[in-house]
Parts: sequence; structure tokens; C-alpha cells
Amino acid sequence: MVETLQQLLPGFLIPYFNMLMQLGQDFFGALWPDIVTVVWTVIKVMLIILPLLGIVAYTTFWERKVIGWMQVRIGPNRVGPWGLIQPLADGLKLMLKEVVIPSGADQVVFLLAPVLAFGPALVAWAVIPFNDVMIVANVNASLLYILAVTSMGVYGIILAGWASNSKYAFLGGMRSAAQLISYEVAMGLALVVVVMVSNSLNLGDIVKAQGQGRFADMGLTFLSWNWLCLLPMFVVYVVSSVAETNRAPFDMAEGESEIVGYHVEYSGMAFAVFQLAEYSAMLMCSTLISTLFLGGWLSPVSFLPDSIFWLFAKIGAFVFFFFWIRATFPRYRYDQIMRLGWKVFIPVCLIWLVVVGCWMMSPWNIWK
Amino acid sequence: MGSMKEIFNSLLLKELFKGMSVTGRHMFARKITVQYPEEKTPQSFRFRGLHALRRYPNGEERCIACKLCEAVCPAMAIVIESAERDDGSRRTTRYDIDLNKCIFCGFCEEACPVDAIVETRVFEYHGEKRGDLYFTKPMLLANGDRYEQEIAEDRQLDAKYR
Repeated sequence: MVETLQQLLPGFLIPYFNMLMQLGQDFFGALWPDIVTVVWTVIKVMLIILPLLGIVAYTTFWERKVIGWMQVRIGPNRVGPWGLIQPLADGLKLMLKEVVIPSGADQVVFLLAPVLAFGPALVAWAVIPFNDVMIVANVNASLLYILAVTSMGVYGIILAGWASNSKYAFLGGMRSAAQLISYEVAMGLALVVVVMVSNSLNLGDIVKAQGQGRFADMGLTFLSWNWLCLLPMFVVYVVSSVAETNRAPFDMAEGESEIVGYHVEYSGMAFAVFQLAEYSAMLMCSTLISTLFLGGWLSPVSFLPDSIFWLFAKIGAFVFFFFWIRATFPRYRYDQIMRLGWKVFIPVCLIWLVVVGCWMMSPWNIWK
Repeated sequence: MGSMKEIFNSLLLKELFKGMSVTGRHMFARKITVQYPEEKTPQSFRFRGLHALRRYPNGEERCIACKLCEAVCPAMAIVIESAERDDGSRRTTRYDIDLNKCIFCGFCEEACPVDAIVETRVFEYHGEKRGDLYFTKPMLLANGDRYEQEIAEDRQLDAKYR
């Protein structure tokens, strides 16, 4: 990682950096490389988590604005210029509120549940490649890791529903669990196809594999990305992502107008942590879609340089898309959600899996 | 054939895109929000807000304690007690409206034979304690004195329809 740092730091800092390294080496001796590893990892983690929390706060603001505009309203505009301080005011309000623990609730599980929901959404960021070098942990099976970790989020939700000692919270938790399990299958199958064509489980390699092909050679890289040749998988994955994050129109677990949902008994910061979990899961899903199907940090046309900003632009576009569908569609009925997951998405995925398999075996294989 | 077309359309998410184009267009539409404290929506002269008891121009209170308003009030928000005044006329000794109960239907106003109890256009008032919205006779008369000009104008506008 010393080499990575030397690449990332601006030129005038490198002598100082080398000096620091030398000093540490003299002082700590053989322990120094371990210390550097720990410190550098903590710095990387902080560099992801702190901006992420800020972005999550402003995602809520942006969502309210966008949905407001789509409903021909203005959205929050009272706190600060254009309402920009609104998320801080919301956060402050939630922090000052009491966390009420219902009588009859399992206290430990009740307080553990929001953490269990939020943790996986943060942990998954560890393997997201922001560009060739910027990644916390370059695991070679990172896609597997993501699948494993993001599925953990449902424990937070189901435990919240169970620990609240409330019928409605319990119903919300059960619905959410059933929904997540159903859509996990379709999502997993869609990912299998991506893994097949990329020939790798590493997210960085999957991105790089998308930068090659006939269209990429012509300079139109965006036509080489997975979304076009795997269009049905792309659609299935996007819709399943919305279902995975429990957002409208798949927000059965919440369903404000019928059962308030798994967090009906939560207040104050405990509730805020659930909100944070939902929004960071949404950002996570947008990032995954961008990475797996839209070429991550790759530039859409070859005359523009690849950069981390392309990734941010794609994530932003998808988050906006999530808001858009939330503002547009009414909530699915529970049986319709199950039908869509099991009777539509899984068959489509299985068929496309076979089709892509045959395609790759045929002489017209485009992924060599 | 029709069902084939249906399947095709649903696979292409045609309806969904149609819906999204509607919300997409509305996103750029002119916003119709009225920003309340700075902007206000137009008000009818028949607006039914805060109650008031009126007086005649010579300062004599209009109310003759006929208790029609008390009888007609569906929320039973009005309480009237009456007695004979020194000059022999019948007047109220107590005229209370509990605005916590009032549903602002305007029946009291309609029932009144002398236009004594009226509802003004005022809707921006509040109480900070539970008793604050229990309006007594002096408070209602004070309302009437304060908004008399507006009340008279509104009655004038409504006169040809009554």
C-alpha cells in the first residue's frame, strides 16, 4: 500500500511521506509495516464511511426534493438556503428524541437490530472498486462477499420485527424476510450470468472486462458494458435491487398506509439508524448496478478519460432513478410481489442463463 | 394474438415507462405550491373563521338573546344566558362560544335574525392553554369591534344573495 499511496499523493508531499516512513522504520523497527497497514486501513475505512454518512443525509434531502418536484410541489425549502440545512435539522431532531423501548420488548435484540441492519450496508463498501487502485480490500471473490454480506441486512429487519413485541412490526419483518429471500434468488442468478461473461468474481476485473469488445474498440465503450448484451438480466437486477432495499413500489415491509412496518416501535436514533441503513443500502445497490452492468469507473466514450467521477455520476443517476420510481408507482400487493419474483424473474433468469451459456459456446461468442 | 401483444408489452415494461414519463414531465412543470406565510390563497367573502358579535352603529349590541344560534349549533358550542336589562330590553348576560367544539358550519350566522353573531375571515389565531379558545361575550364583542369594517363589507357583498 505504500506504493499506492505514492501514486495517489500529490508530488510535493512524496518527500515528506518518504521521510515519515523512514522515521517510523527507525522508531518501531520490525513492527512498522504492521502499524502502517492498520493505520492505512483505518484511514481508508474512515474515508469511505464519513463521506458516506454525509451523502446518505443529503440523499434523504434530495429524495424529498425530487419527489416534491414530481408531485408539482417545491419540497423542503425552509431550513437554510433552498432548505440545504434540512438534513442536519432532521438529524438533530432525531438525536434529541428519546429511544422508547416498548414494555415486553427484548431490549438487547431491540437495540441490536438497527446495528445489524446498518452494519452490512457499510461493510459491503469494503470491496467496491472506485477505480483501478482505490479499493479498501481487493478480495478476489468480492462479488461472493457482497452477496453474503448484503443478505445479512435482513436479520436486522426480522429481529427488529420480532423484538418489538408488536403484531405490525412482526408482520413487516416477516414480509420483508420473505421478499428478500425471493428476490435474492433472481439477483443471484442475474449475477451468475455476469460472472460467466466476465470470467471473474472480482468486481475490479468485472469492470475491466466491460471495457473490452467490438464497440469499445470503436470508441463507444458504453455499448460494450454488460447492460446491453445482458439487457434482461440488467432489468431483473435493477428491479430486484429495488425490492432488496425494501423501497417503493416494493416497500411491503414498511407499507406506511397499512402496517407501519418493522420499525413501528422505534424512535429517536434507533429509528435514524434504520433510515441510514435503508439509504446506504440504496446507495450500495446503485453502486453495484453501476459496477456490474454500467462499467463502474469506465468512461462511456473512449476520448474521455476513465475516472472515479463516472462512477459517482452513474450512482447518482441510479439513486435518482430509485426516487423516480418511488414517485411514480403504487405499492405492489404482497402476492403480486411473490408472483413477480418467483414466476417471472426466476424463469427469465434461468432462460437467459442457458441462452448466454449457449452463446458463449457458439462461434459468435463476443466475450473472449 | 391479443394476449401475445399483452405479454410483449408487459415484458417491455411499456406501462411502467408511460407512468414514469408522466412523473418525469411533472418534475419540470411549474410548481403550484403557495408558500403560506409569504403568499396566501384568495379568500371568499363568505369565509367562515373566527366568530364575532356585532354592534349597531350607535354602539348598541345587536344580539337580542333569541338563542336561535344556541339551538341550531350542531356542536353545542354556544352557551347563552339572558336577562332583562334596566331599560326593559332582553339582552344576554352570557354569550360563550367554545371554539374547541365549534365546527365552523356557519349555522349560527345563518340563524341570527339581527346579524349579531357572524364569522369573520380571520383564521390565524391560536390558543396556548386549553381555556384560550373559549370565547366569552366581551371577547366576541371585541372581535366584532376590531373587524367591523371588514364584516360590514362582506355582509354588503353577500346581501343580494340572501
